[in-house]
Amino acid sequence: MKPRPLPADPMIAQLVRQARATTMGRRTLLAGAGGGAAALALAACSTGGAAKPTAAPDKSDSSKLVRWDNWALYIDVDDAGGYPTLDAFTAETGIKVEYTEAVDDNNTYYGKVKDQLALGQDIGADTVCLTDWMVGRWIRFGYTQELDHANIPNLKNLLPSLKDVGFDPGRTMSVPWQGGFAGICWNKEKLPNGLASVEDLWSPDLKGRVGVLSEMRDTMGLIMSDMGVDIAGDWGDDEFFAAIDVLEKQVSDGQVRNIKGNAYKEDLINEDTLAAIVWSGDIVQLNAENGDKWEFVVPDKGGTLWNDNFLVPIGAPHKANVEKLIDYYYDPAVAAEVAAYVNYITPVAGAKESAMAIDPELANNQLIFPDDATLAKARVFRTLTGAEEQKYDAAFQGILLGS
Amino acid sequence: MAFAAFSAGTTAPEAAPRRKSPIALLLLLPGILYLVLFFLAPLVSLLLTSFQAPSGFGDVGQYGYAFRWENYVEVIAAYWPHIMRSFGYALIATILALVFSYPLAYFIGVKARNWPLLQSLLLVLVIAPFFISFLLRTLAWKQLLSDESFVITSLKALSLLAPDAHFTGTPFAVIFGLTYNFIPFMTLPLYTTLERLDLRFLEAGSDLYAHPFDVFRKITIPLSMPGIVAGTLLTFIPAAGDYINASRDFLGGPDTQMIGNVIEANFLVLQNYPAAAALSIILMSVILVIVSVYVKRAGTEELL
Repeated sequence: MKPRPLPADPMIAQLVRQARATTMGRRTLLAGAGGGAAALALAACSTGGAAKPTAAPDKSDSSKLVRWDNWALYIDVDDAGGYPTLDAFTAETGIKVEYTEAVDDNNTYYGKVKDQLALGQDIGADTVCLTDWMVGRWIRFGYTQELDHANIPNLKNLLPSLKDVGFDPGRTMSVPWQGGFAGICWNKEKLPNGLASVEDLWSPDLKGRVGVLSEMRDTMGLIMSDMGVDIAGDWGDDEFFAAIDVLEKQVSDGQVRNIKGNAYKEDLINEDTLAAIVWSGDIVQLNAENGDKWEFVVPDKGGTLWNDNFLVPIGAPHKANVEKLIDYYYDPAVAAEVAAYVNYITPVAGAKESAMAIDPELANNQLIFPDDATLAKARVFRTLTGAEEQKYDAAFQGILLGS
Repeated sequence: MAFAAFSAGTTAPEAAPRRKSPIALLLLLPGILYLVLFFLAPLVSLLLTSFQAPSGFGDVGQYGYAFRWENYVEVIAAYWPHIMRSFGYALIATILALVFSYPLAYFIGVKARNWPLLQSLLLVLVIAPFFISFLLRTLAWKQLLSDESFVITSLKALSLLAPDAHFTGTPFAVIFGLTYNFIPFMTLPLYTTLERLDLRFLEAGSDLYAHPFDVFRKITIPLSMPGIVAGTLLTFIPAAGDYINASRDFLGGPDTQMIGNVIEANFLVLQNYPAAAALSIILMSVILVIVSVYVKRAGTEELL
């Protein structure tokens, strides 16, 4: 039914518009009265508006406990399945640590806890290690507690380059745990000549055998760097969407075989992909487990550097204990012990010297203790605003989902 | 009724008691409570979410209750290829599963009738894959069909496959996975109806000089219709919403993504809950319509 033209009198026109709006609403409201009641009930327990939650009172003095959620294979483990550095921490401070490998993916972890965070409730963890951009989101939403640097004297060992980051100036809310590079890697047996840049991934003889990461900042960061953009600097839509066009073309032409998260390792092992955009620590582990088959480089034009950071969720009651834990891990000797096991980059200055004492070969591994030349090539993807994050994520997911 | 197709018996329903017994109502209560709590409430919540609009400060995942029906228009405009692809893949997989399952079920249910041991053994073989996780089996296929695997290199050596061709990440791989994973859901209902097939009807057909093909077409197929309907529904519905086989981490690639993958990406990565909810409602509605039309056309009510 075509609506009739509105009367000329503005007041009557407004009344007609209102009347139409209500009938439209009634006709199309599917849930009816029951739905309305349920809506109220749901709204009552939903996340509400912009009001930020407040921090939980600290019970650290009476409750000697830290509950720590972290990623898998991200701390030293002994043959019995225990965590030597954590045990030493408990022996030293009397604080018990419940360590859980609960983080599998930044987004799924966030999806699990976000409603409790918005209400300021305890999410069952006193600290959790998440990647830079996700930490940025938590800070933006007020989901983190401010750290008291006076309780973390060892924080002086934090690498200078990580002291001031866009998402957390002055590191008041977060402290790095481990970091890594995204760069390119290739199968040395199949590609003896190796690769030097992201551009080389698009060579015709690799058609259908190239993998890229489903982590937007790493894949886009490498492509943008290859195009000459400083990803840590001041870039905008033009640069980002130019890089999106490159990726879209390579995916639709079949040059890129697949776009994956952690599962990309299987593709490298079964040789569905011979070259890929990857994370440094994984390649160290893959080479250790499957024979020294892959070579990793941070391209000269630039790779990405990311960190996973400790933060204290807003509802966590053991903040002071967490600060003690962070302080403990910022002791260079402890940091070296962890680095020797997890093969990621430690943010603790002086850990390299300590590692030299444990294993000189390890201390010289550029992927674990990078020198200044390697570090200079890797850049941190600049902090995005909420609106930019939505726009860029949507564009990137558009490629991942194809059409 | 769609679900009538699943009931095995042919007995007429019991006459309903005339008086409303309080005990009967009490016995119904747990079931009703369960449905309200775990089906109706989530469904209403989903419906309400699908009409949400971005709230004030416009950051990731911030939505408030509203009546934003444009969500539906937007997701259909953005994702219609995925919706079509889901139903296309599900349809092909269902047909393939039927083609593979029918002879198998016929053999187990009819030909093997005189050897109960063989019959049981074959049934166990059909069910055996369920002993291993669905995810593990799909991952195993991914390894078996990878570029450097024995299967693919052999096919290439025999020139049955182009030298630069690959299998994982293609629509063939996804449809293969769907067919493989849902075959038992097709075989078992077919088996239950074929197992009850009265062979005297077939004999009568042959006695009347019907060609074996006509006997099959005019007697066996109509008599096994309840099994076909149940099997196709049990295959088609989950296959249309499946997001494991088509996932990039399993057998799919960027150009094989189905509606389930789109919902997953919108919900978990983009935190676009209204879009994910709207797509879920669309998926459910389309399946409901397809199934009602199909069941009505297949005319199973009269058959049962």
